[in-house]
Amino acid sequence: MNKTMMKLVAGTEGMFFVCLIMAFIYMAFNTGYEPHELQALDIKKTGIFTIILIISSFTFWMADRNYKNGKIKNLKIWLMITILLGAIFLVGQGKEYWRLINDHVTLGGSVFGTSFYTLTGFHGFHVFVGLIILSIILLLTFLGDFDKPDSNVITAVGYYWHFVDAVWIVVFTVVYVLPHFTNI
Amino acid sequence: MSEPISIPEPSKSFPSISVTGDQGLLQWISTVDHKMIGIMYLLMALLFMLIGGAEALLMRIQLTEPLNHFIGPEMYDQFFTMHGTTMIFLVAMPAVFGFAVYFTPLMIGANEMAFPRLNAFSLWITLLGGMLLYFSFLAGGAPDAGWFNYAPLNEKNYSINPGIDYYCIGLLLTGIGSVTTSINIIVTVLHYRVKGMSLNKLPLFVWMVFVNSFLLIAAFPALNAALSMLLLDRQFGAHFFNTASGGSALLWQHLFWIFGHPEVYIVILPPFGILSEVFPVFSRKPIFGYSFVAASSVAIALLAFGVWAHHMFAVGLGNTADAFFSASSMLIGIPTGVKVFNWIATMYGGKIKFTVAMMFAIAFLIEFTIGGLSGIAFAIVPIDWQLTDTYFVVAHIHYVFIGGTIFGILAGLFYWFPKMTGKFLDEKMGKWFFWLFVIGFNATFLVQHILGLIGMPRRVYTYPDIPWYGALNMISTVGAFIMGGSVLFLGYIIVKSLKSGKKAGNDPWDGFTLEWATTSPPNLKNFDEVPVVHGRRPLWDLKNPDKADK
Repeated sequence: MNKTMMKLVAGTEGMFFVCLIMAFIYMAFNTGYEPHELQALDIKKTGIFTIILIISSFTFWMADRNYKNGKIKNLKIWLMITILLGAIFLVGQGKEYWRLINDHVTLGGSVFGTSFYTLTGFHGFHVFVGLIILSIILLLTFLGDFDKPDSNVITAVGYYWHFVDAVWIVVFTVVYVLPHFTNI
Repeated sequence: MSEPISIPEPSKSFPSISVTGDQGLLQWISTVDHKMIGIMYLLMALLFMLIGGAEALLMRIQLTEPLNHFIGPEMYDQFFTMHGTTMIFLVAMPAVFGFAVYFTPLMIGANEMAFPRLNAFSLWITLLGGMLLYFSFLAGGAPDAGWFNYAPLNEKNYSINPGIDYYCIGLLLTGIGSVTTSINIIVTVLHYRVKGMSLNKLPLFVWMVFVNSFLLIAAFPALNAALSMLLLDRQFGAHFFNTASGGSALLWQHLFWIFGHPEVYIVILPPFGILSEVFPVFSRKPIFGYSFVAASSVAIALLAFGVWAHHMFAVGLGNTADAFFSASSMLIGIPTGVKVFNWIATMYGGKIKFTVAMMFAIAFLIEFTIGGLSGIAFAIVPIDWQLTDTYFVVAHIHYVFIGGTIFGILAGLFYWFPKMTGKFLDEKMGKWFFWLFVIGFNATFLVQHILGLIGMPRRVYTYPDIPWYGALNMISTVGAFIMGGSVLFLGYIIVKSLKSGKKAGNDPWDGFTLEWATTSPPNLKNFDEVPVVHGRRPLWDLKNPDKADK
């Protein structure tokens, strides 16, 4: 039941991101788009933070596996690592924003800024919400709610976390990688 | 014929709730019971219908005669925007959800929705969205760019007052409520069906609500994305839709209609489901072509995402795009036609009982077909170019929204009222209401087809004294007042029937589906036990073991 619900949440959120990504691409072909701003993006650093987010999906999977095997102590450790990695990703995004704003790439400054900050910002917000959920799960784990491996809540939360991760891979590809292969 | 199976109450869903008699208002506010929530959805729809209806009547007064100055253009713009937004998001949707959350668990033999507290959350956040939308009147002016709120008119430099911001936030909140309700319904249908009720034995109302929920969770994100972008534009100076600073007004149209066209199916599919229950019961026959009725809903849901640009023919997207969307729009007439023929075939040879519910269902067939035909006309690009933004559009949308959605909802109201309250909605007065409503409705909107054809534009607060304009508008206004009066009369019938209506038993219509197997109104716990389901008409099978469906 929880798992079905989370799959549906991921589905509807997925449609939301499809709209934002389509808007990003649409704006890129719009008149008034200034392609030189794409050069301001730091693909290397963001690439590293992308890998960190992908690893956090793996660590969550480890947390879930340990929970199902009844190893509650390992569950706590893997959960904490996951939260840490997610937080590092957000810090990375914050640094990227800070640098871009100093380069005068802002939400209101240009069409690129508008679609870039909206798309990545909504994703960052989803990571943030994910961290809140994970923290609640961690807290409940310490309170003893997950002492027995009979709940599917952790698996369901995992669907969300993996989904957010998968969305980022698409966003990273579209925003950071693809422009290197096009004429825009 | 089979052992009844006992249905456990999902005790985990009711943390520390004990109902001891009548706790008054507190009980309603704090409830997580799907039946009380369903009734509150319906009351919310009724409340906003009165408000939205009043706005419509004020507009009709303004349009009664040429060059009238009853309300000025600013007020008129706010009224038509709020009328459309209200009727779609705060009347049609809550009414549909009201029936959906009330009857989905009952019809599948469950005692609750899958997530009762989420269910309550959905209701209250929807209501909050509606209240915020209306708060705009006090905060400096309601939104005034039409219900589809086109860019760049919706931008700060064209619409300074905060109405559009309230539009964004209000609809975002109701949108969240709609999505969460839909997820709740899907999980309920997938996990809470009684033993033996496989998906191909699901009552058709539940089928439609089920398919509809998928449609909704796929379509609403487009609106939410568009509203978020607009809010960023207006509040933080972003450039999505502002053409002056490099944005694209067309992007708003695309996003809005990717949501907006599925939305019109979202408010028509559940009424289709209601009719698919009403026709068989009052024709005393099983539905004709169950699989076709169910499958055509899936076809409608899928096609719904391939037709949005037929709202945008006048934009100039080019012949290829126009031809594609023209063809796909006509295609969607097929599954809808399949349903209409199935309902007619259900009536054929049946012992038809002309209850008010059945009368609304039959009237639906006629009125909705008129709306469907004018819809097909709009799918033809040159006709659309000629008639776009005229009163022909207004006539068309009201024939599908009222002749379709509202007629279906009213059929459902008269059909299920005895289950929800234990009393009949007075049939004799109901027939008066039916005729008043049908006459008022057709008087209002039939003439608007002609007004559109002779060129009267919509959304303009007055018009010059051109031959026929005055006379036809007068007819339309008179019709609108008949319709408005009949809605007040319906309110009276509801109050009267609640107070001193004829008592209905548990199964007043000799029904086919499981909601009639329990008491009227059902207890907090819907069922103690229900029979194992073997066919598509479980209650019929139980009552007529010798004539049971295969």
